[in-house]
Amino acid sequence: MKQVTLTNVSKTYPNGVTAVRPTSFEIEKGEFLVLVGPSGCGKSTILRMIAGLEAITEGDLEIAGKRVNDVEPAERDIAMVFQNYALYPHMTVFNNMAYGLRNRGTSKAEIDKAVRDAATMLNLGEFLDRKPSQLSGGQRQRVAMGRAIVRNPALFLFDEPLSNLDAKLRGQMRIEIRALQRRLGVTSVYVTHDQVEAMTMADRIVVLNAGRIEQIGTPSEIYHQPQSTFVASFMGAPPMNLIDADYKGNGRVYLKGGLDMPAPVETGRAGSVKIGVRPENAKMLATETQGALPFAINHVEELGAIRLFHGTVGGQPFTVHTSHEHAIPEGTAWLDLEKSPVLMFDGATGARL
Amino acid sequence: MKRVQFNRPLLPFLLILPQMAVIVIFFYWPSAQAIQSSFYIEDPFGFGATFVGLSNYHDILTSAEYLKIVNFTVIFTLLVTVLSLSIGLLLAVKADKVIRGSSAYKTLLISVYAVAPPVAGLIGVMFFDQHIGPFVKLAAWFGWEMRVGIDYWDTAITMITISVWKQIPYNFIFFLSGLQGISRSVVEAAAIDCRSPIRRFWTVILPLLSPTAFFLLIINMTYALFDTFGIIDTTVKDKAANNPITLVYKVYMDGFRGNDIGGSSAQSVILMLVVFVLTVFQFRFIERRVHYN
Ligand SMILES: Nc1ncnc2c1ncn2[C@@H]1O[C@H](COP(=O)(O)OP(=O)(O)OP(=O)(O)O)[C@@H](O)[C@H]1O
Ligand SMILES: [Mg+2]
Repeated sequence: MKQVTLTNVSKTYPNGVTAVRPTSFEIEKGEFLVLVGPSGCGKSTILRMIAGLEAITEGDLEIAGKRVNDVEPAERDIAMVFQNYALYPHMTVFNNMAYGLRNRGTSKAEIDKAVRDAATMLNLGEFLDRKPSQLSGGQRQRVAMGRAIVRNPALFLFDEPLSNLDAKLRGQMRIEIRALQRRLGVTSVYVTHDQVEAMTMADRIVVLNAGRIEQIGTPSEIYHQPQSTFVASFMGAPPMNLIDADYKGNGRVYLKGGLDMPAPVETGRAGSVKIGVRPENAKMLATETQGALPFAINHVEELGAIRLFHGTVGGQPFTVHTSHEHAIPEGTAWLDLEKSPVLMFDGATGARL
Repeated sequence: MKRVQFNRPLLPFLLILPQMAVIVIFFYWPSAQAIQSSFYIEDPFGFGATFVGLSNYHDILTSAEYLKIVNFTVIFTLLVTVLSLSIGLLLAVKADKVIRGSSAYKTLLISVYAVAPPVAGLIGVMFFDQHIGPFVKLAAWFGWEMRVGIDYWDTAITMITISVWKQIPYNFIFFLSGLQGISRSVVEAAAIDCRSPIRRFWTVILPLLSPTAFFLLIINMTYALFDTFGIIDTTVKDKAANNPITLVYKVYMDGFRGNDIGGSSAQSVILMLVVFVLTVFQFRFIERRVHYN
């Protein structure tokens, strides 16, 4: 069953900024959907329209089969975790979590049970009488989570909930949130600009760019089958190598510097294209072999488990990712791309060919 | 905070000397004088004074007139404080909805209101002028013959209205900046947690506004007790006769018009005590419920 459906939803702010162009997608029940994209692409705006904190300019929003465009946030059966946690500073941790239930007329005994259960789940038991100002950032984050889960809503909304934590805690909370969501089975929409969060947490990812959807897909589809150069370069660190080339329709593409290689796909139309290769998919050789491209290395980055080789192919920047055991070649190395997964994009529109 | 070490122990005292001098000259010294003269009856022409012990206090506290004025002062102070606080808050809440996020708008609005209070006071007095005041004319049109300065309650209503009117802009500015200081996402979280805007106001907005409200409560009480002197003076036009007046005005009337320095001093000592007790009460019992961030 579809838990959330957006049909041509768009948003134009009163100051004339169109933050979201007509957008449609659906979220399955129990699914963890991640909205990802660069700053200002409209992620928060979409989330806030689902929450009811921002009016929908045009289009329809349905939650659990009911159109909710004009329904108050408190009546949409959603819970939201904010970037700055938005805890009530004057209430204890217990009351922060209990507030939403009290306003819905839940009985005292039930509230007590729900809050204590959530507190146990989130290791907050000993902090129930504290005010938010007496907690660390990670603990506040948990309280914000607790406030969302005690309500047992139809939908969780997260707006960059981990971006105020340090890297280590972020990695840990990422796992905890996802495990918790799996356990509770609550449909979730999660906004982030961190592609690692998107890849590791999502059932499906929606990649946004300038108020439009670039691609919707599973993390694996997004990573391995990007539908545009935008998605290809946004997801993955270091990003996919994109090199300019000419496709002449004869089964080969011609790179700068007099290089050429087999075209990964055949299309009807000749013209300028971009060749995309993931850094870990490029096979680096120490000696020249048939069909290999020369790779001029000018910098090696040691990252412990892996090594990154930065250099140029036919004058264009290129990065290769290898294990740390890979030998560092002297001067020019050779790239064998014939058996690697290579993608081709339209040079003008960036669309996948 | 930076700690400064003074080599010579005298210097810090020297630095706070001007401030101390101001406090001593304008506060402690007159207070001591008032306490002293409250035990004396002074010759009206200033030729000496007779020690009378607590007799001034006894006279005041047993005077029916004084108790009537105490009564009115309580009503006046409560009404002025409650009305100007609640109207100021109501306007601030409405304005806050409109200007959220728009800082240019806010600066404009606040600067307009910042210059307003003295002007508002003047306009208020003019509104109730017996001869040209539009409010008096309006009341007459509804069949209410307002006799400001003659009828006790007509005068009281006039004084209260002008005092409230004058204080609203001040409360408005403080409440508005208090509201603007509340995190937007906390307000949004509350909108998700609670359906009723009124309930949200009482359970989230007002508690977060409580430091501002507490500060304004003290300011407004002090205002109603003391700073309304000018408004009362203009309204009763120096003829206190049958008109409602507050304790401060009574001090002035007895001391400067009646030349009863001893009685007037005793009254101001009583007033000082009342304010002291009120302040202690407010800090002990109300401030406890205030949430500071
Ligand atoms: N209240 C508003 N009024 C006018 N324009 C706004 C408002 N809120 C956001 N915008 C604009 O809408 C666009 C999308 O904003 P949004 O907050 O959705 O971005 P985002 O993808 O969440 O970015 P970030 O990663 O920085 O949070 C931006 O260009 C922003 O300037
Ligand atoms: Mg955002």
